[in-house]
Amino acid sequence: MASLNKRLKYLNLIKIRLPITGVVSFAHRVSGLLMFLAIPFLIYLLQLSSASPDGYQLTLEYLSHPLVKLVTLVLLWSVSHHLLAGIRFLLIDVDIGVEKPVARMSAGTVLFLSITLSLLFVVLVLL
Amino acid sequence: MSRKASGFRAWLLQRVSAIYLALYLLYLVYHFSFNPPADYASWHAWLAQPVTSIFMALFFSSLLLHAWIGVRDIIIDYIHPLAARLLTLTAVALLLVGCGFWVIRILVLVAL
Repeated sequence: MASLNKRLKYLNLIKIRLPITGVVSFAHRVSGLLMFLAIPFLIYLLQLSSASPDGYQLTLEYLSHPLVKLVTLVLLWSVSHHLLAGIRFLLIDVDIGVEKPVARMSAGTVLFLSITLSLLFVVLVLL
Repeated sequence: MSRKASGFRAWLLQRVSAIYLALYLLYLVYHFSFNPPADYASWHAWLAQPVTSIFMALFFSSLLLHAWIGVRDIIIDYIHPLAARLLTLTAVALLLVGCGFWVIRILVLVAL
């Protein structure tokens, strides 16, 4: 038990250097939490846009506000990252990509693709 | 049910809901890439279709369940005092259940 208690004591979040697989895991949590916080606002927009023609117009106005667009960008990254990292975790669940070099490569791919996808969405939808 | 079994159930539900969420999101992206709603009438008509209602109800069920399991894990990992943990878990559960009833109300009103 003594050796068990000795490990994991050093938890200074600023000084810890996470391996790239850890970055993906942590970002999966952060993106999930962000989307959880967005759920009530998403449902509100669904209600507003479906209730009346005026509400539909108002929804479009909200979505074109610069501040809302910034939040949308963050959420688009969250969805992209969460989806890609989630697929990676599911593959690891069925023993695909467990080896360290493959796991590191797929982690880098997830981080790169999620940022690329969100930038693509920005160009196609937000601009 | 033992703790181990309920943990496995959550693990499994998280993966099953994840697969539905992923497939439905891809469908939404595909659908709106080719058929973006032109105005309120077409948006409302799409939402009022039985197929849309049913698959969207499944989507929100999966989303709220998936969010519950994920946020529950985060709270259990980072909030240790029992009172604070129970309080946040209860608040999150009430919020998600409330969101569920809200979605049901919206989907029913749209379909009427």
